[in-house]
Amino acid sequence: MRRGSLLRLVVKRLAAALPALFAVIVVTFLLMRAMPGDPAVYFAGLSATREAIEQVRQKLGLDRSLPEQFVLYLRDLARGDLGQSITTGQTVAYEIATRLPASLELTLFALVLALAVALPLGILAATRPGSWVDHLSRVLTTAGVSLPTFFTGLLLIYVFYYLLGWAPAPLGRLDSVWSPPPRISGLFTLDSLLAGDAALLGACLKQLVLPAVTMALFVMAPIARMTRASMLGALGSDFIRTARASGLTRGTVLYRYAFRNAMLPVVTTLGMVFSFMLGANVLVEKVFAWPGVGSYALDALVASDYAPVQGFVLTMASLYVLLNLVIDVLYGLIDPRVRIEA
Amino acid sequence: MTSTLRHARYVVGENPVTLLAFGLLIVMLLAALLGSSIAPYDPLATNTVRKLEPPSRAHWFGTDQLGRDILSRVLVATRLDLAIAVGAVSLSFLVGTAAGACAGFFGHWVDRIISRLTDTIMAFPLFVLAMAIVAALGNNIGNVVLATAIINLPFYARMARAEVNVRREAGYVEAARLSGNSALRALRCHVVPNALPPMMVQVSLNLGWAMLNAAGLSFIGLGVRPPTPEWGILVAEGASFILSGEWWIALFPGLALMLAVFCFNLLGDGLRDLIDPRRRT
Repeated sequence: MRRGSLLRLVVKRLAAALPALFAVIVVTFLLMRAMPGDPAVYFAGLSATREAIEQVRQKLGLDRSLPEQFVLYLRDLARGDLGQSITTGQTVAYEIATRLPASLELTLFALVLALAVALPLGILAATRPGSWVDHLSRVLTTAGVSLPTFFTGLLLIYVFYYLLGWAPAPLGRLDSVWSPPPRISGLFTLDSLLAGDAALLGACLKQLVLPAVTMALFVMAPIARMTRASMLGALGSDFIRTARASGLTRGTVLYRYAFRNAMLPVVTTLGMVFSFMLGANVLVEKVFAWPGVGSYALDALVASDYAPVQGFVLTMASLYVLLNLVIDVLYGLIDPRVRIEA
Repeated sequence: MTSTLRHARYVVGENPVTLLAFGLLIVMLLAALLGSSIAPYDPLATNTVRKLEPPSRAHWFGTDQLGRDILSRVLVATRLDLAIAVGAVSLSFLVGTAAGACAGFFGHWVDRIISRLTDTIMAFPLFVLAMAIVAALGNNIGNVVLATAIINLPFYARMARAEVNVRREAGYVEAARLSGNSALRALRCHVVPNALPPMMVQVSLNLGWAMLNAAGLSFIGLGVRPPTPEWGILVAEGASFILSGEWWIALFPGLALMLAVFCFNLLGDGLRDLIDPRRRT
């Protein structure tokens, strides 16, 4: 019974996510067709004749009407074909698939880091309103959302690389003296762990810490803020008073009664947090020369190479739609009422 | 009015940080207005003899790789950064509020279309969407303002929709309708003004965010182009010198940007305490 209703929730949310995904595809398609520059000229090369350009235009389907082009585009998408990059000559799908793990590793690490700091901070601040923890969390959260990620990244590099020499040079995922672990998941930390190479894991973590902290600092603030607010709300409610009056221990009241209820709005804010993170990825990757999808898209953007940019925007948006789906399901796991409604 | 003032004084007294933020805002506005006349040097004048100099008495914030005075560049950039943020936020406030108010007031298909549109915007990671918009429409300042406005739009539209929705059936709206006001007039003169205070809090919090987004876009080379002084670009120019230890090129514009955003966020918080003490977080 329980599992059945959860499955129904997943199916229902999936169906609701499909129109969003379609809208994302349409918007991306239209935006990229509006991009300045003629892709046919780029593909044909600088010295191409007018006829050669026309030929390329026909080959790419750019001579057809917009709706026809869209149908062609959908057909390519269905086959997993995101087009070809002009600058690197590789297919966009291949490049994104090889670079996505780097971005995901960074994002996941930063998220775990942010949650590990923000949740306890928010709970502490809520249980002791007006105390120094509360004030600290207030200052930290307001300062945290005011920090431009690219600037925090540079500051951290200056302090921990240039001044203290604790961090390695901010040039990618792994120092050039190391060779990457055998590819299983694409996440260097996980792969080196699977390969049982502790020294390599250390080297990967060293490179990962600064960019991850940079990103975590930025998203910690909304999580801590929301945790504090919703914990305060939960702690002030009648069922907590009843639980306390019934003589339950402080820990039980705080974690089993208040925390579980307070988690709902926090899980909802995670949607916004992911939106921030996927965007901040681009900036952090640029600062730390991190070879993820964001820096790939930026290089392509500079070269007016539109297929990679389109592939990047589409990948990010699909990922975001997917993450929102996960959040919805998570919400259903925490709150049984949502399952019953589904 | 006096009670509002008294309440304002109480809020400021309770939270002196708001007063600090207000002071910061005034400094920032002065810098935006007078920036180019109080700057000690021409922000674009190069002087290769004095390049990459650390902060000194002649150059308080040091000089960059072309010998340009960083203090002057940071000061002059204030106007542009502020203008982009204010322009983008006003645009999305006006359009978003109008659209959201219509959606909340008329419901039915108007609501469905507008909600669908805002949902589509929200389906993207917002900074990525802004990047795509600037890349597609052309790399200039106008499009940065437009892109920042578009990604802020859903917040206003959703908020206005919710605020208008709860007031749609209120007694005073019905009274206004019954005394012969058209639906649009009732919406414009009776519903929207009452929904404005919570929206203003959003505006203040949003200004900081818009500023971060615009600076982020120019940091990655979209929108404002060098040598125009703008905080995001100034940080980007200093980025390559961090590794060799020339910290002042990136630090001062970065700090200016951070302070500006911090100021708007604090003001937003203060404004929220003033308008709705219960929502304080």
